[in-house]
Amino acid sequence: MARVLVGVKRVIDYAVKIRVKPDKTGVLTDGVKHSMNPFDEIAVEEAVRMKEKKVASEIIAVSCGPPQAQEVLRTALAMGVDKGIHVEVAGPEYETLQPIHISKILAKIVQNEKVDLVILGKQAIDDDCNQTAQMTAAVLDWPQATYASKIEYGSKEITVVREVDGGLETIKCKLPAVVSADLRLNEPRYATLPNIMKAKKKPIQKLTPKDLGVDTSPRVQIVSVEDPPKREAGVILPDVDSLVGKLKEGGHI
Amino acid sequence: MLPSCRESIKTAVLLVPKFARFDRCVHTVRLKPNYTSVNYNVSRGGFAHLQKQHLYFFRDLLGEHRMISDTIELEKYNVDWFNNLRGCSSLVLKPKTTQEVSQILSFCNQENLAVSPQAGNTSVVGGSVPVFDEIILSTELMNKIISIDDTSGVVVCQAGCVLENLDTAVAEKGLMVPLDLGAKGSCQIGGNVSTNAGGLRLFRYGNMHGNVLGLEAVTADGNIIECLGTLKKDNTGYHLKHLFIGSEGTLGIITKVAIQCTTRPTCQNVAFLGAQNFRKVLKTFKLAKQDLGEILSAIEVMDSATMEFIGEKLNINSPIGDYPFYLLLETSGSNTNHDSEKIFKFLEIALNSHFILNGTVAVEHAKINALWSVRERIPEGFNLCGHLFCYDVSLPVENYFILVDEMKIHMGSLADRVFGFGHLGDGNLHLQIETKEFSQQIKDHLEPYIFKRTAQFGGSISAEHGMGFLKAKYLNLARPPSTVNFMKDIKQMFDPKGILNPYKVFP
Ligand SMILES: Cc1cc2nc3c(=O)[nH]c(=O)nc-3n(C[C@H](O)[C@H](O)[C@H](O)COP(=O)(O)OP(=O)(O)OC[C@H]3O[C@@H](n4cnc5c(N)ncnc54)[C@H](O)[C@@H]3O)c2cc1C
Ligand SMILES: Cc1cc2nc3c(=O)[nH]c(=O)nc-3n(C[C@H](O)[C@H](O)[C@H](O)COP(=O)(O)OP(=O)(O)OC[C@H]3O[C@@H](n4cnc5c(N)ncnc54)[C@H](O)[C@@H]3O)c2cc1C
Repeated sequence: MARVLVGVKRVIDYAVKIRVKPDKTGVLTDGVKHSMNPFDEIAVEEAVRMKEKKVASEIIAVSCGPPQAQEVLRTALAMGVDKGIHVEVAGPEYETLQPIHISKILAKIVQNEKVDLVILGKQAIDDDCNQTAQMTAAVLDWPQATYASKIEYGSKEITVVREVDGGLETIKCKLPAVVSADLRLNEPRYATLPNIMKAKKKPIQKLTPKDLGVDTSPRVQIVSVEDPPKREAGVILPDVDSLVGKLKEGGHI
Repeated sequence: MLPSCRESIKTAVLLVPKFARFDRCVHTVRLKPNYTSVNYNVSRGGFAHLQKQHLYFFRDLLGEHRMISDTIELEKYNVDWFNNLRGCSSLVLKPKTTQEVSQILSFCNQENLAVSPQAGNTSVVGGSVPVFDEIILSTELMNKIISIDDTSGVVVCQAGCVLENLDTAVAEKGLMVPLDLGAKGSCQIGGNVSTNAGGLRLFRYGNMHGNVLGLEAVTADGNIIECLGTLKKDNTGYHLKHLFIGSEGTLGIITKVAIQCTTRPTCQNVAFLGAQNFRKVLKTFKLAKQDLGEILSAIEVMDSATMEFIGEKLNINSPIGDYPFYLLLETSGSNTNHDSEKIFKFLEIALNSHFILNGTVAVEHAKINALWSVRERIPEGFNLCGHLFCYDVSLPVENYFILVDEMKIHMGSLADRVFGFGHLGDGNLHLQIETKEFSQQIKDHLEPYIFKRTAQFGGSISAEHGMGFLKAKYLNLARPPSTVNFMKDIKQMFDPKGILNPYKVFP
């Protein structure tokens, strides 16, 4: 049975309207509702199902971020994860934390915890990097299966169906491995009350990048963050004739 | 390049049931219903028929683009949301200003032409569609927001503002319209005021009589009644606005409203709970009021038959497994830590006392919406039934569910399904009886029973939907003759020729 590690990132809730900071150095996060990155939720669900099917023995969730990152760890614990690890990175250090750093942190924990399978979300909905799973596989020198929409578990290998342009690709991959979860992999469950109560008693270990010997000095510099261009308002036309008129006017027909 | 993930997750909202939410009333393609006048055997009042010269008048007033007389386009306005009723109006008018409404009514009154006021056409009792050829006066172009005062929280707007749009606009200023209902994407504030709509948050914020500070209305002869005050206190003379609130378009057309908004809560929690029986539901309700106090903002209930119903029709499943009863409970407040401490303590007690068997809690928008959608989407299934008899009753809360149990026995094999859900916090039950098709015999079997029992329990036969066309004949059951006669006197005074929404409200 595999020991599974899942990554859970705390991001601005997808339903929240994003506001760019006036000085264009980033987006406003204070007092804004945050939640678990939706793709990470899918990763957690997959791990919990593995445990229910008795192909996983233990699930560890890791979150790197400010103290509030513990909230998403609690959510993961309530969904059925056994243990949480919070790697505390806050303030300016967190603002420049990149997939390269996260992947090194994860790789270290994987080694310490003797993990056989890493499941991460395919990307985070805040920075849209889509790099962490790939880089983690590289740091560990493990095979990777990205954009998984279905996983079958063998004792020494996994079979993963990937959604690629125009169809599905099925690949086999030796364990240990890194998988990234796509939208259709599963439908995450609701944490039930008894499990939410139990999660309060589950352990969360606190670490820092320093404890793991990972250097988090920035590799990239954020030059500017801007709002997307505003869409021009549409017009409602009373009938087809005026539509045709408008289209002609704009030189479209 | 990969699309932005935030966008693709938003798209996923449409694909993945867990993120499913209800934005708009879904119309399904179905056969047109028979004409109401035929189905219900009504005879036409002595109103004039629409003539060419009438059309010329309206065209001069509004222009061609704000009149509809095309048969196909008219269907949308002639047929009700449930696809049960169908009028045969040949004209829709779309005024933009109070002056235009006044001129239309004054002309119709003079020419003895009947008028059916229509807002979002989501009425559940057939109030918003004509019965015969009444001219439909649609408020859909009267959608201007006139002012939003973020200090007092008062919004003044035209009657045709769609509830959801209005709420989005006031949200920009940190405010919230104190009314929320499943039809918010379609219904208009004028329609809500005209029906004194209740909805999901009445429990906390009260009904329209409390939240409407002022309004402007036009009576049948075109007279503009101005009581558009924005003051919280104004005891100068009679409070005429209350006559228009809930009058369902029979006394005048509401053209503008001033609404007292509340401060928009900055944190919300929604709990979805499973309970063994209705007695435990009531215990949970009582405990919630006691332990959550001022932050409790909604408390809804549904039974297992309702869950089966939405499972079958809409493929929506219980997020927590199967239980005889489900409760949805919402808190709204201004301090996340304070509220979550309260709700988790409450839930722990409820669970440990075995009032509830299971549950889940959502604190994030997406999940809050997903849990709410289980409750809010129930009406979407109504259009997918052979026939559904719907009753909207108020009952003292301790007898709230007895009626559903009794109805199951009373109907026996005549019904495919009897189910109940509703606004528990307000003692408002929606009792539904699903059958293969409409049958007068079934109707005669169930209605006298429901109305008799409701009266015996000291309840009301129309809690929040009004009388409209479908319930009009029962007014005499609900009120003593002297009261009904007094209502008729008032109607006579506001609309002597009876041109406003005929065949509605009164038997
Ligand atoms: C010390 C003091 C403090 C006050 N503070 C406030 C305040 O904070 N807020 C406020 O709004 N007012 C206040 N008031 C005035 C307030 O209107 C009255 O105190 C109270 O509401 C009237 O009640 P009452 O029983 O004395 O009625 P009355 O004074 O006897 O009658 C008031 C009016 O109602 C009519 N009326 C009385 N009973 C009936 C009935 N059953 N049916 C029909 N008509 C009836 C009477 O004909 C009269 O027109 C205050 C008055 C005082 C003396
Ligand atoms: C999915 C769904 C959920 C619902 N949930 C609830 C709920 O939780 N609580 C509740 O109370 N109701 C509920 N309803 C019914 C509710 O009464 C209507 O949704 C809403 O209040 C009516 O608004 P509308 O704009 O659609 O008005 P319409 O249906 O167009 O009109 C309603 C009545 O008001 C009259 N009217 C409309 N506008 C004016 C005006 N400007 N002046 C004078 N008369 C006018 C019409 O003639 C008609 O009699 C629900 C309906 C649906 C379809």
